[in-house]
Amino acid sequence: MDDFLLRALIGGLGVAVVAAPLGSFVIWRRMAYFGDTLAHAALLGVTLGYVAGIGADIGVIAVCFGVAVMLIVLQRNQRLASDTLLGILSHGALAMGLIGLALNSDAGVDPMSYLFGDILAVSMTDIAWVYGGGLAVVVVLTCLWRPLLATAIDEELAMVEGVPVTAMRLVLMVLLALVVTLAMKVVGVLLATSLLIIPAAAVRSLAATPEQMAAMAAVAGALAVASGLWASLVFDIPSGPAIVVAALVLFAMSMMVSAVKRRR
Amino acid sequence: MDEAASQGEALIEATGIDLALGGRVILQAAAARVNDGEIVTLIGPNGAGKTIFVRVLLGLVKPDGGGVFRRPGIRIGYMPQRLSLEPSLPLTVDRFLALAARRGGTRQRRAAVLAEVGAGGIMDAPMQVISGGELQRVMLARALLRDPDLLVLDEPVQGVDVGGQADLYRLIGRIRAERGCGVFLVSHDLHLVMAATDRVVCLNQHVCCAGSPEAVIRDPAYAALFGEPAAEALALYRHRHDHRHEADGSIVPLPEDGEQAPAESRRHG
Repeated sequence: MDDFLLRALIGGLGVAVVAAPLGSFVIWRRMAYFGDTLAHAALLGVTLGYVAGIGADIGVIAVCFGVAVMLIVLQRNQRLASDTLLGILSHGALAMGLIGLALNSDAGVDPMSYLFGDILAVSMTDIAWVYGGGLAVVVVLTCLWRPLLATAIDEELAMVEGVPVTAMRLVLMVLLALVVTLAMKVVGVLLATSLLIIPAAAVRSLAATPEQMAAMAAVAGALAVASGLWASLVFDIPSGPAIVVAALVLFAMSMMVSAVKRRR
Repeated sequence: MDEAASQGEALIEATGIDLALGGRVILQAAAARVNDGEIVTLIGPNGAGKTIFVRVLLGLVKPDGGGVFRRPGIRIGYMPQRLSLEPSLPLTVDRFLALAARRGGTRQRRAAVLAEVGAGGIMDAPMQVISGGELQRVMLARALLRDPDLLVLDEPVQGVDVGGQADLYRLIGRIRAERGCGVFLVSHDLHLVMAATDRVVCLNQHVCCAGSPEAVIRDPAYAALFGEPAAEALALYRHRHDHRHEADGSIVPLPEDGEQAPAESRRHG
């Protein structure tokens, strides 16, 4: 196996495993659009990171964090619904990011690789990011699993029972920003949330507990990454979209299985 | 700790609660107090601000004026009016209950509490498929698993048929007798809670009247709020039950009397 392919596989599998539990939370808490907004804002982070000379990864995390804080502040003004605010932030940031990329095209930033991902260009540094960041995410999730889960089930009940709900909400946002940054390397800005949502949604009907759903989503995500990479190689198609389509096939299959189960 | 000395001490007390939302007055000088081992019922018509008052008591909403005293270290078991469970979240009843206690307690203990509220046998069912009545009991079980000093129950009988409602109130009375915890109950219907309650607070933005249930129904303010027929219908409710129903509808005979006299059995000792 070629080196670049091995790196792609290692990086992709790492992202799939980390994205699974967070993707489950995104589904449970209906934060899919928020994830999308973070991913779109990430593009702005890439350009700002280049311009400021701090690197794309730090830039992305900083901008994602800024967007999360901005959303919380804007949500206090209840005249506009959350999805409207997200739409404004999401597309505003995407547009600014695209302009930033165009202005810096001579700096060697390839817009396509950020929009659709370029897993075959994953470097050892990227892998270090994926596994370092991924480990941090998994550790935080493991330590805070109970309060996070209680908050996802019912915020008020959790609050009365002494769970620091606002802190949990913030933790989830920060973790999500981190994972979106990682997922971006594999499938790009436009498809980043799909890696969180589709595997977790695919295994929902098979899981009986929250932990099962997260674990099975990791397996489904890893399967999607591996088969997507394989298809990308065999059919000479872009790898990011191929991974997402592979996840989609898994989702369709699980829908069929649960439909057949229900008929019996 | 001298237990007798703590009798009659406030577990929780709200005084002079003012609250306006979007310029509309929701609560005006609302107040309530629950003592140790006491069942207090908050009644009022729809839109009277009952639920928001409960939320103020629990500290979920900050009032514009007034204050809430909670006994330091108080453990509150809260049963919300409804629980909108996300269908995408796979969760069994047992798992839901395990989240209540600090370390979840043992499965054995959760089973015992579930049986106590008359919902044994659904422990491994997914939360999303149990009936409304069962969900109410599961939420009560979760509140009880916290070993609460105070139980706060917001419209605990919503979505439960009339027989089940009486049953649930009897259960609440029994819980108080056995555990000695205070209970703060919200209802829009005094008739149902009459037998199980020590004191009633009648709320319609402000406190219209308060006192023993017998005193409240004779209060002109109560009649003005609910109408005379409501006050008269009360007498009809005090009939005898010779059986009760499990959550699944099966009939369970009651022991001779005893259950019918919560007013006498309320304090142990």
